[in-house]
Amino acid sequence: MQAPTTTAVKDFRESSGRMLRIDPLMLVATIGLIAAGIYIVGTATQDDVRGDPNYFAYRQAAYAGVGFVLMLLTTRFDYSRLREWKLGIYAFLIGSILLIYALGFSARGSRRAIEFPFFNFQASELGKLLLVVALAGFMVDRIRRLTDRETTSRMVLLAVIPAMLVIAQPDLGSGLVYLAILVAIMFIAGTPWTHFAGLAGLTAVAIVVVLIAAPAAGVEVLKPYQKDRFTAFLNPGENRGEEAYQINQSLTAIGSGGKTGRGDEATQTKLDFLPEHHTDFVFSVVGEEFGFVGAALVLSLFALLIWRALRTLTIAKNFYGALVAGGITAMLMFQVFVNVGMTIGIMPITGIPLPLVSYGGSSVITTLMAIGLLQSIHAQARETAAVKRL
Amino acid sequence: MYLDNERRPTLTPQLAFRVAVIGGVALVMFAVIFFRLWYLQVLSGDNYVAAARENRVREIKVQAPRGEIVDRHGQPLVVNRSSMSIKLTPDKLPERRADRVELYRKLAKLLDLKPRRLTRRVERELSALPFAKPTIKQDVDPRLVAFVLERQEAFPGVEPERESLREYPHGPIGAHLFGQVGEVSPKQLKDQRFSGVEMGDRVGQAGIEAEYDRFLRGRNGAARVEVDALGKLTETLRRRDPVQGKQLRLSLDLNVQRVAQQALAGGTGKGAFAVMNAQNGEVLALGSQPSFDPNVFTKPITKKQLAALTSKDLGEPLLNRAIQAGYPTGSTFKLITATAALESGHITPDTPLSDPGSLTVGGVTFENAGGVAHGVLSLRQALTVSSDVFFYQLGRDMNEKGMPLQLWAHRLGIGRKTGIDLPGELPGRLPTRRWRDSWYKKKLTDRPWSVGDNINLSVGQGDLLADPLQMAVAYAAVANGGRVLRPRLGLRIEDATGRALQQLDAPTARRVKVSKEHRDAILEGLNGAANEPGGTSTPVFEGFPIPIAGKTGTAEHVGKPDQSWYVAFAPYPNPKYVVAVTDEAGGFGADTAAPMTRRILAELLDVKETGLVQGGGAPD
Repeated sequence: MQAPTTTAVKDFRESSGRMLRIDPLMLVATIGLIAAGIYIVGTATQDDVRGDPNYFAYRQAAYAGVGFVLMLLTTRFDYSRLREWKLGIYAFLIGSILLIYALGFSARGSRRAIEFPFFNFQASELGKLLLVVALAGFMVDRIRRLTDRETTSRMVLLAVIPAMLVIAQPDLGSGLVYLAILVAIMFIAGTPWTHFAGLAGLTAVAIVVVLIAAPAAGVEVLKPYQKDRFTAFLNPGENRGEEAYQINQSLTAIGSGGKTGRGDEATQTKLDFLPEHHTDFVFSVVGEEFGFVGAALVLSLFALLIWRALRTLTIAKNFYGALVAGGITAMLMFQVFVNVGMTIGIMPITGIPLPLVSYGGSSVITTLMAIGLLQSIHAQARETAAVKRL
Repeated sequence: MYLDNERRPTLTPQLAFRVAVIGGVALVMFAVIFFRLWYLQVLSGDNYVAAARENRVREIKVQAPRGEIVDRHGQPLVVNRSSMSIKLTPDKLPERRADRVELYRKLAKLLDLKPRRLTRRVERELSALPFAKPTIKQDVDPRLVAFVLERQEAFPGVEPERESLREYPHGPIGAHLFGQVGEVSPKQLKDQRFSGVEMGDRVGQAGIEAEYDRFLRGRNGAARVEVDALGKLTETLRRRDPVQGKQLRLSLDLNVQRVAQQALAGGTGKGAFAVMNAQNGEVLALGSQPSFDPNVFTKPITKKQLAALTSKDLGEPLLNRAIQAGYPTGSTFKLITATAALESGHITPDTPLSDPGSLTVGGVTFENAGGVAHGVLSLRQALTVSSDVFFYQLGRDMNEKGMPLQLWAHRLGIGRKTGIDLPGELPGRLPTRRWRDSWYKKKLTDRPWSVGDNINLSVGQGDLLADPLQMAVAYAAVANGGRVLRPRLGLRIEDATGRALQQLDAPTARRVKVSKEHRDAILEGLNGAANEPGGTSTPVFEGFPIPIAGKTGTAEHVGKPDQSWYVAFAPYPNPKYVVAVTDEAGGFGADTAAPMTRRILAELLDVKETGLVQGGGAPD
């Protein structure tokens, strides 16, 4: 008679308890960043759509609302099941990227998104999360053969295929995020240092080929503007191109914000000197309007988020969870550092959005789902621990 | 050692180390960002504030010229003219209102404007749209532009801008078709069709310009320039050249259009015409009299000019009577009555009916025009001599369940829009029992539907409202075996050299069933009307070398002169063209509309005419 009672208790715990075992600090950081994002996008775009000053703010809020619901659903979801679906997920990832090529071809132009009436679906954004989930699954399967060179080369191949496809779209930023995810998952799994050393060597060779050898032989791998981005940030003062212009205007915006910001006098944003002020350069708007204080606050929220993500990694109940958490952490970290670094002139311009803050439905919704997955890992870990204690 | 998917006991030392490495990387990067922000914002913030205050980069929009519009042979109809306009740049204007008013005073004096009015207009525009650049004056003399440019210190915030304006080399020829270009409205900016258009851009606001705006519209260029503290250009940083819009080729034939408008102008002053290919719906000419010179719209129009263009006394020149005015069509409607009677089985082409000169129904007597009696007739003869009594009988007999006359008139496009690629078309009115009864209920008319209404409709009198284009479409449908064409003006999109980029497909036609036997009988009757002794327009077309078929019409208006109509097919018996002409006060169809049609057909079919065409012939 004992057994049924136990089951009943467990069922109860699964349905309502999982919500209670989420990480409250992570939730605070998420809500804080989302709110800051809607507010900043709103102030930055007051004059962009004439007659509708809140056009972008309302849309961003709608995306956040959808994302938030999806995040809560993902929190309740048993993430371990994703491991079994890794092949399907990986196929969907590659398929959605190829579909965009097909649609772009039919429209006779390059495309990054599938257009729906109210929403442009950017497959490469959702692809970031899909790749984490699939790669972690493939990694767990080969966890006993980590020292095999074959394991490492397989993993590299699995990540490089989608990365190259999106870089050719051309979406260099998302491709680099894919590679960062790969490195993080292999690193957490315990791939030997020697393999990393080998990969680093190969990467160096590849960069030399792409930037120097291939152009010399007449083959352009990167589009000229992508190369400009890489080189312009090295000395923005001398360069007169579009990239240097963006970096200079961004530095002027952030610098002129001073300690507490220029508020309504934020001319860099308001007068449109700052390009892409609601997407890639949204952090420059924070810097100009709210100064060092505002920028530090936003960065602190990101630091809190990344700390809690790393902590979730360490308590995950199974290895798959640890790898997924590691991949998501890397995805967030890389995007935050490269995006913020780009606005303050220490990273090249790569077209990577600032998670949760930059305007864009695909990015916001994907990031919120990723955080939901972290919460699911966290909740199940706490639950397992609780069961053990019983 | 943990297993694949098993629970992990505790954090292994190796994993702990690696997580610590990631945490360390994050820490270092956050530290770098914080130091960099500290350096930028706290240590050197003041320098950047100064840099932002005097940001010297300006973006100048370079307006793209619109595509030109040419006729079917490539003759230019609407072209561009480059001009300079003087605009204000709001953020460089003096901050004090008094200084600005002084500036407006100087500008008004220079450009010959009224200072008070200029001040009021510009200040209102500035407060309504703070970032838009108000235009002071368009199409300014280049010498004045140079004067302002050389004295930028005296005219702060005043900038000349190159603008391309529309020009209509043929003046009033085709004026009703092209429409106008004007600044995009805030409401339009939200519309999907205007995506890519920016505040202050000029887009098609009416006519062909509006219908084909997305092709004609170009892509604006931009130049990013660096300026000094006085706003003078010092260096161009980057430029994107404007791309001209695509050229639009119309099916219109400029020569036919010109001849037709001249022919109409020789009439009583008000009228309209439509010339259409009866097989594919291409419109070769479409116009309305009186016309106007569209060049007046390229500059801000004065109240007086606008009043003249819409004045009733001057015949409302802006009204496009070919698609926007509805008229009774007189006997030209008999083609529709004949089709309805034949197709609904009331008569065959050879059914004899007697025409004693009048018909009495319910105590009301309906007479032939002129009171002549034509005797016993079949359909062909009835069309040739335009016997009213013959068609009165058909109208009386078709006032039955199903209302075949209205059914067929509706099928042939009466009382509905033709769907031509011109905005502003009106449907007209097809009188029906339901329409009149509902008006009667609302006390808009004095009596309900009666058989007399149907008798009136059978000869195109009474409450019918139709325009020349609708008649052309109905006639073409009978001639081409039942295809109710959607008339169209746009032929193809091409580049500036005339190379085709995109064919504009002919819209699909609605199909109705008109048997070959019936069609032939009707066309024979109409051929007789223009050709045989006794035909209503035979004298007008005497000596015309190409056989045609045509129907006269005389619409009666209470208290006003009769309206003259003529609708013709050419060449007979396999017509390529249909021409419909009306003159609002032209008298009998054969008096004015038929001779006008002859002039149009002569141009259309390349017939060299000698001497003047004389009007006159039998009443219809």
